This record gives sequence, C-alpha cells and structure tokens, in this order.
Amino acid sequence: MDVQLKRGLLDVSVLSAIKNEDTYGYKIIKDIKPYIELSESTLYTILKRLENTKMLTVYSSEHDGRLRKYYHITDGGIKRIEEFKNEWKEVMAIYKFVTKGDDTRE
Amino acid sequence: MNKQEFLERLRASLNGLPSDDIEGRIAFYNEMLDDKIEEGMSEQEAVKSVGSIEKIVIDIVDDIPLAKIAKERIKPKKRLIAWEITLIVLGFPIWFSLLAALFAVAISLYAVLWCVIICLWAVFVSFIACALGGIFAGVIFAAEGNLPTGAAMLGASLVCIGLSVFMFFGAKAATKGILILTKRLALKLKACFIKREEA
Repeated sequence: MDVQLKRGLLDVSVLSAIKNEDTYGYKIIKDIKPYIELSESTLYTILKRLENTKMLTVYSSEHDGRLRKYYHITDGGIKRIEEFKNEWKEVMAIYKFVTKGDDTRE
Repeated sequence: MNKQEFLERLRASLNGLPSDDIEGRIAFYNEMLDDKIEEGMSEQEAVKSVGSIEKIVIDIVDDIPLAKIAKERIKPKKRLIAWEITLIVLGFPIWFSLLAALFAVAISLYAVLWCVIICLWAVFVSFIACALGGIFAGVIFAAEGNLPTGAAMLGASLVCIGLSVFMFFGAKAATKGILILTKRLALKLKACFIKREEA
C-alpha cells in the first residue's frame, strides 16, 4: 500500500479506536490488528503525531498499581474522522469509475 | 530476554535520538509489555511479541524524518535534471544543428507551397496582361491597315481573357486548398508536440 495512504488510514483507524471511550496503547493495537497491520513503534509515532496536531489528548491514570497512559479524542479528532468518511465517498466513486467495465472485458 | 533487559537494550540502540523521544518510547514499550504480561503472557513471550530491537529501531528511524523522506523523494528527480542539463549542454552542437536543419526544411516546405500559389496567380496576371497587350496591338495593327494581323491579335487577346477567367477560379481554388492543407499540417504538428508532452 502507498505509504502516504497507509499513514492517513492508520491515523483515522487510531482515532476511531479511541472514539467511543478513552483507551490505552495495547487495547488500540488489539482493536486495529484485524483490519490493518500496526506495529508498536508505528503506533507510538501516530499517537505522538495526533497529540501534536491536537486530535487527541493524553493523561495518565493508575491501573493495578502502575500508571497507564490513556488517550482521549478531541473535537478535532472527531472532525478528522468525519472528513475521512466524506473523502472516502469520493474515493469510492472514483473506484467505481476506475473498475467500470472490468468484468465485461476479456 | 526479560522486560528490563529489553528496555535497556532498546534505550542503548536509540542513543542519538532526542532524549524525550527515547524516554517516551521506552515508557510506551514498558506499558505495552506490562499490559501483555497482565493479559497472561510470560515476560519472554511479551518481549518476543513486539519484535526484534533491530526491527524496532529501523521502524523508529523510518518514522521520524518525515521531511527527510520528502526530500529523499525529490532528490532522484533533481539528480536526473542535473544529468539532463549536462547532456543538453554537451549535445548542443548536435541537437542545435539538427533543430536548425529541421526548421529550415519546414520553412522551405512552407515557402514552396507559397511559390505554387504565387506562380498560379502570376500566370493569371500574365494572361490578363497578354489580353490587354493583344487588344492594344490589335487596334494598332488595324489602324495601320493590317487588318488580318489586327484581327488575329484581337482573337488571341479574347482567348487570353477566356483563359484568365478559368485561371482565376483555378488559382483561387488552389490557394484555398493549399491554405487548408498548411493549416491541417500545422494542427497535426501541434498534436504531435502535445502528445509528447503528455507522455
């Protein structure tokens, strides 16, 4: 997959993973794994980037006697997901156009 | 390899990166491994599951310089352009003379087409001149008393007038045809260049 495309998809996937509830790194990895390949180091980079662009905020919370970082989506992050959905509609329209007539050709 | 060993080795491997980035990543892996162990993995299994340190370092280095990647992507193109410029400069004597020759051929072809047009109109003009001259000569011959010669001259001038009428329409049609032809040729030439640019 194209690097830029994958980067964008991963950003939105991570945002979607924290959309409904604040969650932590390992949970994000587990949730995304069935859909897209994501290594721990890549996730760190993505979380850092999303934090820097104010798509999410980070806070530490005690869990089982240790601190765990939780990620909370911001309005900007929710907006990004919505943008992605709209962009993807265009992409799907283009996909339809690109594959038009594929099954009728020999 | 247990967790502590892994984290120490990772820290050593990341030496050279910004220190807050290193600390952030170490803390991230620490938490990740704790979560995996909590889920029931042994320390060894957990460490194994995050992959080799070499792979992690490659990933991290790969991720960090986003701007560098962009630069890297532009570089080969730049190099190619420099290379092309060298070629263009070195090849100047060849491509310039070829281009000049091509240009000359094109101009001469164009000139030839116009020559045809000019020739046709010249013939038309000469027919009219002959007709006028014939009338003039015929009148003079007749006035001098040489009637047969005068009549022949007038007759010849009438023939010239008749031919000039044909010539006029012929030359007009030929001019039109040639102009349309040159236009089409120019269009085709343009199409060639546009296609080459697109490719």
